[in-house]
Amino acid sequence: MFYREAGQYKTTYQSDMAIFPLRQDRIGILIILALAYVAVPLMASDFILKTIMLPFLALVLAVIGLNILTGYTGLISLGTAGFMGVGAYACYKLTTLFPEVNILVWILVSGFFSAGIGVVFGLPSLRIKGLYLAVATLAAQFFLQWAFVRIPWLYNYNPSGAIEVPLRTVFGVAITGPTAAIEVKYLIALTFVVVLTWVASNIVHGRIGRSWMAVRDMDIAAQLMGIKLLETKLLAFAVSSFYCGVSGALFVFIYLGGAEAGTEFGIRLSFIILFAVIIGGLGSMIGSFFGAGFIVALPTILKFGLPAIGIAITGAIAEKIVVMVIGALTIYLLIVEPHGLARLWQIAKQKLRVWPFPY
Amino acid sequence: MRAPSATDIAAGEVILAVDNVSLSFGGVKALTDVSFDIKKGEVRAIIGPNGAGKTSMLNCINGFYHPTEGRITFKGETRPKMRPHEAAAGGIARTFQNVALFKGMSTLDNIMAGRTLKMNRSFFWHILRYGPAMDEEIAHRRFVEEIIDFLEIQHIRKTPVGKLPYGLQKRVELGRALAMEPEVLLLDEPMAGMNLEEKEDMCRFIIDVSNQYGTTIALIEHDMGVVMDLSDRVVVLEYGRKIADGTPDEVKRDQRVIDAYLGVGH
Amino acid sequence: MTDATLTTRKPFLGESQRNGLIAGGVLALFIAALVVATQTGTITRNDWTYKIFVDPFVSMVDMPDLLVQTVWEGFVAGVLYSLIALGFVLIFKASGVFNFAQGIMVVFAALSLVGFYEFLTLTLGMPAGFVAAIVAMAGAIGIMFVLAVAVERIVLRPLVNQPDIIMLMATVGLTYFLIGFGEYIFGGSPKVMITSQLGLPTGSTMLDFAGGRVNIQHLDLAAAIIAAVMIAVLGFFFQYTRIGRALRAVADSHKAALSVGISLNQIWVIVWFTAGIVALLTGIMWGARSDVSFALEIIALKALPVLIVGGFTSIPGAIVGGLIIGVGEKIGEFYWGPLLGGGIESWLAYIIALMFLMFRPQGLFGDKIIERI
Repeated sequence: MFYREAGQYKTTYQSDMAIFPLRQDRIGILIILALAYVAVPLMASDFILKTIMLPFLALVLAVIGLNILTGYTGLISLGTAGFMGVGAYACYKLTTLFPEVNILVWILVSGFFSAGIGVVFGLPSLRIKGLYLAVATLAAQFFLQWAFVRIPWLYNYNPSGAIEVPLRTVFGVAITGPTAAIEVKYLIALTFVVVLTWVASNIVHGRIGRSWMAVRDMDIAAQLMGIKLLETKLLAFAVSSFYCGVSGALFVFIYLGGAEAGTEFGIRLSFIILFAVIIGGLGSMIGSFFGAGFIVALPTILKFGLPAIGIAITGAIAEKIVVMVIGALTIYLLIVEPHGLARLWQIAKQKLRVWPFPY
Repeated sequence: MRAPSATDIAAGEVILAVDNVSLSFGGVKALTDVSFDIKKGEVRAIIGPNGAGKTSMLNCINGFYHPTEGRITFKGETRPKMRPHEAAAGGIARTFQNVALFKGMSTLDNIMAGRTLKMNRSFFWHILRYGPAMDEEIAHRRFVEEIIDFLEIQHIRKTPVGKLPYGLQKRVELGRALAMEPEVLLLDEPMAGMNLEEKEDMCRFIIDVSNQYGTTIALIEHDMGVVMDLSDRVVVLEYGRKIADGTPDEVKRDQRVIDAYLGVGH
Repeated sequence: MTDATLTTRKPFLGESQRNGLIAGGVLALFIAALVVATQTGTITRNDWTYKIFVDPFVSMVDMPDLLVQTVWEGFVAGVLYSLIALGFVLIFKASGVFNFAQGIMVVFAALSLVGFYEFLTLTLGMPAGFVAAIVAMAGAIGIMFVLAVAVERIVLRPLVNQPDIIMLMATVGLTYFLIGFGEYIFGGSPKVMITSQLGLPTGSTMLDFAGGRVNIQHLDLAAAIIAAVMIAVLGFFFQYTRIGRALRAVADSHKAALSVGISLNQIWVIVWFTAGIVALLTGIMWGARSDVSFALEIIALKALPVLIVGGFTSIPGAIVGGLIIGVGEKIGEFYWGPLLGGGIESWLAYIIALMFLMFRPQGLFGDKIIERI
C-alpha cells in the first residue's frame, strides 16, 4: 500500500540509473541512516554497541571486500583474514611511527597497504581460477599469518607478540585506546562504513563493476569486449583488499583494542567472512550487510538470547552450535537460494509492492 | 544509406585479408592454407560441413587462436599475435555459436558492457559516480537504448539474460556486439536453434545492420537459404581447406561444393 | 565448437620442457658462479648469499645423517598428505566435486574412532584392548558410511549440475558443519589415539648411518606400509572390479555413464564411503603421531597444494605430490627456516604449489587444460 512505484516516472536516464530509483527506498535509507546516527547511540546499551554493532561495522567492510572479489568478479579467496591483518598491522605501525597524524587518516591509508599486498597475491589469478586460486590465496593467508608472528618489527618488538592500540585523539576527543567512549568509536566506524559502502556501490554500478561481472560470467567474451583480464582482476584484488585492510584496522583499533600474536587473523576468520558473503548473497551490496549482521548476531543470540528465554546453554557449547549452524545454513542456502538473504529481501519487496491486493 | 551493390563490392577495398593461414593442434590440422578476403561493407558467408574449421577461422580472426602459419591483415596492418582485446579495440566484434552472454547481468548491462572500450573516465570519477563519469554513463546509455529499440528488446531491458529464451539471448548477443560499433562483425551461426519466425527476425536485423551502419559482416551459417539470400560472397571450407569462393550463385554450381554437401557418388 | 577434440599444438619441445631447459641452464650457471665466488673468496661465510645458497648444502653434505633423518620425516609427513589428497582425487574423479571437507573428514573419522572406543570401554564397560578397538573401528566405519549417504542425499543430489564454485563452497560449508558437530559431540579437548590397542607398533629403532644415527619410529614404518597396501588395493578395485569400471565411466562422462544404466547416486555414495575409509586410516596414523583434535585442520589443508603439484585427477600424482611437498617443506624448514626465524613450514607448501602453478598448471600427472570457445 505504501510501497508503490505508481506515479513515479523516470524522465531522465540519470534517474533510471540511480542506485535507489524508488522514492520509498530513498526515504527508507534516510530513515535507517537517521536511526543509525542518532537513535542507536542514544538508546542502545553499551553491551549491544560493544558485542554487536562494533564487530558488525568492522566486519561488514571485509564482507563487502570479499563480495567484490568473489561475488562480483568470481574469484574465490580464502585469504581475507590475512589481508585484514595487513590493514591492522599497517595501521599500528603507521600510528606508532607517526603518532601526530590523525588516526582516521592512517586507518584509511592502511587499506592501501593491504591493496598492494592483495595485488601481489592476486597476480597468479591471470593463469589460474577456481580452486587453484583458492590455494594461491591460502598461501597468502598462511604467509601473512606467519609474518604477523615472526616479524617482531611489525609489533614493535613487544615481548608478548601482541599489539596494543594506543590512545589517539582527534580535536581533543579520544577515538581509539581504552579510554575512548564507545559511542564515539561507534560513530567513527559507522561513518567509515557509510562512506565506503557508497563508494563500493558507485564502483559496482558503473563501467568497472560491469567489467568485473563480465569477467565473472564469461571471461572469454569479456576479452572480446576489450576488457583486459589481468588489469580487471588485479583491480578487483586491489579494491577488495583495500576494504579488507580498512576492515582489519577498524576491527583491531575500534572493536578489539588489541590483537594477540597472529591469532585474530586466522584461517577461520577467512572462512567466516566467506560464509557471510554466501549467506548474505553473492554479488549484492545489501546482502553483505545481511551476511555480516547474521554472523555477528547469531553467536550473541545463542549465547545470551537462549538463556534469557530459559534454555540453559553454556558459552562453549553455543560456540560449537554456531559453527554447526553457519556451516549447515551455508549449504542450505546454496541449495535453495544461491543468491542468499539478499534475494529473499528482493522477493519480500516484490510482495510488498502489490500488498495488500496481490492479484 | 543503401546497400552496396555487387559491383561496388567487387571494386571495394579489402578490410580483412586471410593469407595462407594454417592452424594445427598437436598434429591435428584444423585449417590448411586458407586464403580469402573480406571487403568493406559486404556480407561474407563462411560455410562448410561440421568440423570444416569455420569457427577456428573466426577464432583466428579475432585473436583467440594464433595461426600456426600464414597471416591475417586487418585494415592494412598485420599483427603476428593479435590478442582478443586488441582485435576488439581494432573494431572486430563477434557473437558465438553457443551464446556467450554474461548470464548474471541484465540485458542493459550486457549491452553496456559492449561500450567498455568507448568509456575512458578514470577510476576516481567512478568512485564518485558523479560529474564526468555520470555524463559518460548517460551518453552511452542513450546509444545503448537506440540498439535496444533497433532490436526490439525494450521489454527485457532489465531482465537477467540467463532467464531469457534462446532466441532473445541471441538477439541480446547481437546487440552487445553492435554496441561496440564494430567495423567487422563476426557472426557464428546467429540462427542456430531458432524457429522460422525468429530466423526471419534475425535476417532482418542482419540486413538492417549491413544497410544502416554499413558494417562489414562475416557470417557462419548452416541454413543455405539464409546464406544465399543474405550474403554477397561465400567461401566454402571442407576439412580445413578452402574448396570454393565466389558469389552465392557461383558457389551453388560448384561441383566440389555439391560433392562436399551431398557426398561424392561412387 | 566443432573441433572440440583437438589438443594444443605440440612442437619438438613442449613449452614446459623448453621452460624447464631454460630454468635448468640458468640454475647451472648460478651454481657455477656461486662455486667460483666461494672459492675465490668473493663470498664469505657471513654474507647472506652464503647463508642462503651455500651453507645449507654444505651442512647437508657434512652431516648426511641429519639429511637422511629430515628426508625420512618429510617422507612420512608426505605419505599422510598423499593419503588425504587421495581422498580428494577419488571424489573429484567420480563426481567432479572438489571436496574441501576431506581433511576434516580425517579428523572426524579419527575422533569417531576414539569416541566410540571411550564409549565402549567407559560407558558400556567393555574391557579395554584389541577387541574393543576393533568394534570401535567397525563403528567408525559405520559412521563414515552414514556420512557418505547423508552427503549424497542432502548436499550432492540437490546441487547436481551447479557450477563448480558453488559445489566447492558447499563442501567448505560441510567442513564447517563437521567441525562444529564434531566438537559438539566429542568435545573440544585433544584426544589420544588408541594406537597400541589397535595393534600398531609404537617403538623406535636407531640406525647407524654415516657416522651418525637415524631414528625411525616403527609407527611411521607401519604407516608407510599400510598406505602402500591401501593404494594397491584401491588400484586393484578401480582397475578390475565392476564398480571400479563404473567409477571410471562416471569420471569420464556423467551423461554417458547414466545412459548405460550406471546409477550416479550409488556411485557417489560408494566413492564418498571409500574416501571416508581412506580418511579413517589416515586419521589413525596421523592421530598416533600427535593428538586427535581439530587443530589438525590446518595440516589437512596442506593436501590442497599436494593436489596442485600432483594434479586433481591422478592417484599417482597425489602420492608423488604428497612426497614432494612433505620432503620439500621439511628440508626447507630444517635448512632454510632458521634464516627466516623458523616456522616457515606453515606456508612453504603453498609457495611450492604456486611455483608449480606457474610452470605446470595442470600438475605433474594431470590432464592438460584446454580452453574451448
